Amino acid sequence: MILVWLISILFVGGIIAWLSERINPAYPRIIALITVVLDLLLMLSVLGSEPNAGGWIASVNAEWVPRFGISFYLALDGLSVLLILLTGFLGVIAIGSAWDEIKERAGFFYFNLLWTLAGVLGVFTALDLFLFFFFWEVMLIPMYFIIAIWGHENKNYAAMKFFIFTQVTGMLMLVSILMLAYFHLVQIGNLSFDYHDLLRIEMGNQIEMWVMLGFFVAFTTKLPSVPFHSWLPDAHSQAPTAGSVILAGILLKTGAYGLIRFAVPLFPEASLSFAPIAMTLAAISILYCAKVAFAQTDIKRLIAYTSVSHMGFVTLGIYAWNEQALQGAVMTMLAHGLSAAALFMLAGGLQHRIHTREMPDMGGFWVKVPRMAVVALFFSVAALGMPGLGNFVGEFLALLGAFQANIPITVISAFGLILASVYSLWVIQMIFHGEYTDKKIDDSHLTDLNGREMFYFGAMMLGLVWMGMYPQSFLNLSQPVLVELLNNTQSIFAAVVQN
Amino acid sequence: MESIPIEHGLILAAILFSIGLIGVLTRRNIVFVLMSLEIMLNASGLAFIVAASRWGHAEGQIMFLMILTLAAAEVAVGLGLIIQMFRRYKTVDINELSEMKG
Amino acid sequence: MLDLIWLLPTYPLLGFLALVLTSGRLPKKIVGIIGAGSVGLSFLTAAIIATQFLAGGEDYFVKEVWAWMAVGSFTPGFSFYLDGLSLVMMLVITGVGFLIHLYATGYMADDPSFSRFFSYMNLFVAAMLMLVLGDNLVLLYLGWEGVGLCSYLLIGFWYTNPANGYAARKAFIVTRVGDTSMAIGLFLLFAQLGTLNIQDVLHAAEAEWAVGSGLAIAAALLLLGGAVGKSAQLPLQTWLPDAMAGPTPISALIHAATMVTAGVYLIARTHILFEIAPSVQLLVAWIGLITVLMAGFIALTQSDIKRILAFSTMSQIGYMFLALGVGAWSAAIFHLMTHAFFKALLFLASGTVILSVHHEQNIFKMGGLRKKLPVSFASFLIGSLALTAFPFTSGYFSKDEILLAALEMDGPGTILWVGGVLGAFLTGIYTFRLFFIVFFGENKGHVPENEVGGIHMNGPLFLLMILSLVGGFIAIPVESVFSHGEVHEEHHVSTLIHGFMIAVPLIGIVISYLFFYAKIFSIEKLMSIPISQTLHRFWFSGWGMDWLYDRLIVFPFLWLSKINKADLIDSFYAFIVKFARASNAMIVRTQTGYIRWYALSIAAGLVVLISIGVLL
Repeated sequence: MILVWLISILFVGGIIAWLSERINPAYPRIIALITVVLDLLLMLSVLGSEPNAGGWIASVNAEWVPRFGISFYLALDGLSVLLILLTGFLGVIAIGSAWDEIKERAGFFYFNLLWTLAGVLGVFTALDLFLFFFFWEVMLIPMYFIIAIWGHENKNYAAMKFFIFTQVTGMLMLVSILMLAYFHLVQIGNLSFDYHDLLRIEMGNQIEMWVMLGFFVAFTTKLPSVPFHSWLPDAHSQAPTAGSVILAGILLKTGAYGLIRFAVPLFPEASLSFAPIAMTLAAISILYCAKVAFAQTDIKRLIAYTSVSHMGFVTLGIYAWNEQALQGAVMTMLAHGLSAAALFMLAGGLQHRIHTREMPDMGGFWVKVPRMAVVALFFSVAALGMPGLGNFVGEFLALLGAFQANIPITVISAFGLILASVYSLWVIQMIFHGEYTDKKIDDSHLTDLNGREMFYFGAMMLGLVWMGMYPQSFLNLSQPVLVELLNNTQSIFAAVVQN
Repeated sequence: MESIPIEHGLILAAILFSIGLIGVLTRRNIVFVLMSLEIMLNASGLAFIVAASRWGHAEGQIMFLMILTLAAAEVAVGLGLIIQMFRRYKTVDINELSEMKG
Repeated sequence: MLDLIWLLPTYPLLGFLALVLTSGRLPKKIVGIIGAGSVGLSFLTAAIIATQFLAGGEDYFVKEVWAWMAVGSFTPGFSFYLDGLSLVMMLVITGVGFLIHLYATGYMADDPSFSRFFSYMNLFVAAMLMLVLGDNLVLLYLGWEGVGLCSYLLIGFWYTNPANGYAARKAFIVTRVGDTSMAIGLFLLFAQLGTLNIQDVLHAAEAEWAVGSGLAIAAALLLLGGAVGKSAQLPLQTWLPDAMAGPTPISALIHAATMVTAGVYLIARTHILFEIAPSVQLLVAWIGLITVLMAGFIALTQSDIKRILAFSTMSQIGYMFLALGVGAWSAAIFHLMTHAFFKALLFLASGTVILSVHHEQNIFKMGGLRKKLPVSFASFLIGSLALTAFPFTSGYFSKDEILLAALEMDGPGTILWVGGVLGAFLTGIYTFRLFFIVFFGENKGHVPENEVGGIHMNGPLFLLMILSLVGGFIAIPVESVFSHGEVHEEHHVSTLIHGFMIAVPLIGIVISYLFFYAKIFSIEKLMSIPISQTLHRFWFSGWGMDWLYDRLIVFPFLWLSKINKADLIDSFYAFIVKFARASNAMIVRTQTGYIRWYALSIAAGLVVLISIGVLL
């Protein structure tokens, strides 16, 4: 039942935030903050409860459209808990980053923000594929509005691009979901969208591959991975800061979550034979996008490309499909959620202060904004994979696991570590190092981070250090889930290998 | 009673329909276009009547009654639109009204 | 007390945190106390731990502080491993580190970012201790990357000058290339042996891999990649000279005494792996030898006092690699220690010189500083003697052991020995070239009023002078670590050859004396020969390695980035958009707005459909 509460609080809070704008324009943000904090507390209360026999910490299963075998089935296991906690945490951070930035139509903004979060929570907990698709769309449309209404100079283009990419690939996934339900009808005799029912479906090799690709394309577009990544730089550079935080921190992770939860377990054989291609795409994502990132002058575009590069490690880890690699993928998701969100907040903060995202116009800011420089240095260093911080644990584990699955691709991907240091340090050089001289920009509002911002960044830094120094508290949560997934596919893989 | 062969009736309907169609396609005055449309409607009505009498069924006549009402309604709305159009654009030439091109 | 080994990195780490969190609001005095004091505390603890450990007589000691992560069979912990090797390293790091910190409180006294400087320094010491004390390769890698980060931060410490930022990034990225190779090495070791605990890895490798097997060679090569990156050996040596952009105490601490020797430590630590891959071990020797000679020739031509010392560092680490390559593990570590003493001394003394002549670093604009800067003069004299292996200074004992070990090696040992002796000859020339030009002759630039100093700065110099002189008599307790495969116990070399070895560096000193002090030979005359001009240019540019790498790697990468800024893949989607727009433009033409046109097309369509129906 708690799952229904988690999601409905956000839906209701969103509506109240919207309506409250009429009373006082300052209310929506307060209501949104209260709503998300409440939700976060509720999530934390779940942490203590023991999982049941099936490994689920909490679940709710009610009939929705029984005629078509659609049910309202939400369930929470260790993997989902990690991701909804990330969602709650970044939700608070996103509201914080929008606090001063969003002045126009604030009520509708927070409505969209909360509904996106609700959709994400639904995605992370839904175990009925129809419901999953429903939430997949719920998180998409408010996000479209966030970009299209509160975005920057080229917002309509970016919002439309984001919408078309996700919608078209979402449709492919819908087709795949319907195919699965149809196969269930043919083989078992009734329609079902239940995850556990669909796990048992047998398909021919050819058809399984096509159905799997429907999921794969939808998820790798969201992730994103080469060649479906090009909506991301536009969306990020145009979105308001809070939008970027949600997008980079959480929305991208739904793609990775989908791969772990659905794409591989539902189609183990197809995934096994597809793994080399997926891993190659991952390696290309890592290297290619790192190189493109280096060429960017727009700081948000640059960070967006680095996101694609880092997400490559996630894909690599997932398709290596062993415990180290999967844990690495999960840790990368969490750590990148924090580090990328923080970098986007820094970029957004800079843009808010000096009204440009072009790095050649900046330089020597260390003198003017030392606190911001230190924070930026910290997150850049985290992003380039410094041991002791969360990203290292994730990427190292992912590569360590991937090496056992595919040596050449892992070796090639490891060069991403070098390129990561190239672009990360270049950003620091361009913005903060060098002489502070008269710039073309108006620097009258270039002030250092204020207390509220330091609080948010401090929390994220602590999170990354925690992940880096004692990742076990996170690994323990996801471990049983991943081991279970591995065990389920093990026998099938063994059979395939024997043939 | 010597009945008119069905072919004759249908040919008449076809001729009327063609006249109406040609009228729609060639006239520029929208009032005439509307009148041509009426002719086409009546042509189809005639075809129904002829067919009904051939098969001895009442449905054809029912259809004709419906077409009749339809035509009446169409003329009422159509003329109303034409008056509006004339008031706004001071013309009844339909070629002047090609604003909805791509 | 041994259980408290975790305190070693903790003190500087706490110092780092205290300095970062107060971010420059503390008075300099307190910053100095925290910065140097934390390392001093570490040194005291290290000294106590060392005495207890040696008194205890155990071969090694392990202390797990907490489990880092446990993923399947991958279970690295935050655990510290103490044996003779890490004991020596830890004492060198904290001891020399403390002296350099102390010196830096004076050297950096006027810098506005005093607190930032010491926070980086403390973080560095903490990371370096993690590196040498880690009992598994992942923890070692943590320290490894940590020192790289601090090196980056400290080289680019004066960030307003873009050249410093460039040097810092170059250092980080070039070493990162090596680090990545090392990371892949770790993946390989884990995939094959199922553990990354150093001792377990070594035992498993010894048990499972045949000598000279492909896997052993691959693993050793990958680790060697990391080592050459960190230790500035061929082919990843180009970052070290540029790293001199940082403040001089940094050059002493990071780029002479500790971090750059991490590669030597890594190879010594995993020496069993190299023993079962003899071809790679031989490669280590060759890399060392070539670096010794290359860096020696470059040092002959440089004019920047710190760059000369940087190339000399590179060359001395080359000796350590040579020692590792011929299996003289303890000689390598011995040289590492003595080198830390005398090179730190030389760098710190050069810092005093540079400050005294108002930040002039060109040796040709100095000269005759002997009288004005007596402490620096004494330091340089002792440091240079130790560096050139003057008999009974510290450098003499360690270098002697290395060369003897090379001589006794079968196969290419003689060639390695000849090369090493030639390197020692070059060392004599370039070291005393620097010495004579700076301290003798006439002053050609700034005349310093008085020597910068004070007890903060001179105290460490005196201590290091003593260590440089007598450091050779320290016996390092590493027998138990290398007992396994140490080749050389007693040297049996004829006195003639031994005498020759001692004499060669002295001849170098004499030649230097004739050229730069007595001026009996004229350097101008030598430079008027075309071939020596070409050689000079070539050596001055570091054998053109930067030039080569720029053209091979940097420029193509920049070019590729530049042409693909707009992302090639996006143009595919842009093409879809264009296609949709074009087809739209085509179809839109049928929308004329003429009702008759629409009616006609409906009628025509109807006719077509009916005729199709009729015909079929």
